[in-house]
Amino acid sequence: MEKIPILKMGEFLLVTIQVDMHDRLAMALQDDLTKTISQTDARGVLIDISTLEIVDSFIGRMLSNIAAMSRVLDAETVVVGMQPAVAITLVELGLSLPGVRTALNVDAGMELLRASVNANKEMYGSRLH
Amino acid sequence: MPTDTAMGDIYMSETQVNRRNGRLAGIFGQHTEKILAEWIAEMSGSTRRSDLIKDSDLRAECAQFLQLVKRATESDGTNFQSPAFDPVRDMLGDISRNRSQKGFKPSETATFVFSLKRPLFTEIQNQHKGDAENMVAEIWSLNELLDAMGLYTTEIFLKSREEIVRRQQEELLELSTPVVKLWDGILALPIIGTLDSARTQVVMESLLQAIVQTNSRVAIIDITGVPTVDTVVAQHLLKTVTAARLMGADCIISGVRPQIAQTIVHLGINLLDVTTKSTLAAAFSVALQRLGINFGRETVKG
Repeated sequence: MEKIPILKMGEFLLVTIQVDMHDRLAMALQDDLTKTISQTDARGVLIDISTLEIVDSFIGRMLSNIAAMSRVLDAETVVVGMQPAVAITLVELGLSLPGVRTALNVDAGMELLRASVNANKEMYGSRLH
Repeated sequence: MPTDTAMGDIYMSETQVNRRNGRLAGIFGQHTEKILAEWIAEMSGSTRRSDLIKDSDLRAECAQFLQLVKRATESDGTNFQSPAFDPVRDMLGDISRNRSQKGFKPSETATFVFSLKRPLFTEIQNQHKGDAENMVAEIWSLNELLDAMGLYTTEIFLKSREEIVRRQQEELLELSTPVVKLWDGILALPIIGTLDSARTQVVMESLLQAIVQTNSRVAIIDITGVPTVDTVVAQHLLKTVTAARLMGADCIISGVRPQIAQTIVHLGINLLDVTTKSTLAAAFSVALQRLGINFGRETVKG
């Protein structure tokens, strides 16, 4: 079965979705990702969907769920590179992904993650590793 | 004198129809010059418009038209829908389009065809002295043909007008949604006129496309030129803002006039999640701040 790779970059996880998402793949990703976050103690998750051209309400909700789950596991989620057509579709479906942070590209997303993690560290002091 | 008394095609045998077609074509063929002269004379009475078309051009046009009609009637009688009339239809189409561009009225273009009736009917009358039944039958079928032609010119006239209207609408739609780059990473979208669903779609698509192309993090939607904001317009605006946010760009709505602010509140529209500013300048300065760009005194103060 196809699998979406989850790459560890320092204290962040990088997920690039490069195949057509179907429902089972999405569920598998959700499982894998939550597991990896808790194993690696990651502070942030960056999901790149720049090659994703088709979304439905299920995938939209899945993105939203992943963000919420990550937050529970103390990791920020940033979705980057959404295509205009995908954005329009999600809005028309009524899915505005309220809890999900977004950025234009991987660079901007990384910047956002670092900034928010740094802000957290300043607020609560850095975690001991 | 023929034995049948029927006037319509359905009562005629094939040979009779053929004979009649032959006679009709004969009328066009034998007296072309005479018909042409009478036709043009007839036209000068009603709808000559020599200010719009030269006499020599008109004459050439009429002669060519008669020629084409003659050829078509020879092969397929007075059935205007048949393939034999394709060249006639093409020519009528060209004439109609040309004249609509030159400024003719549709009735004047149709009269171009209708004024052919009198010379042709006179000719038929001359040929059938004392044979009323055949004369009426021929006049009737010819009348039908000419009516169909006249209506066809009007139809084409309308079609060409509709094409113009549609093209202008499309151009207007494209013209009305320019996405302007204000700074590296800042886009502005001045909206002028009412926002309806079709326009919102174009606005949204061009804005999102521009966000991707220019890699902009902030987009300013300026609604100074939007006359009224009702729930539909507000919903369209919110959709655009949300879509831009999903792509990772911040949206600022600027140019909110006092009346519009009142309307928005009265309608109970929730714009809390959206940054709104009263002027484009204010929105631009917020955008610069968000990008961390400092400008001498002004931004130090603000």
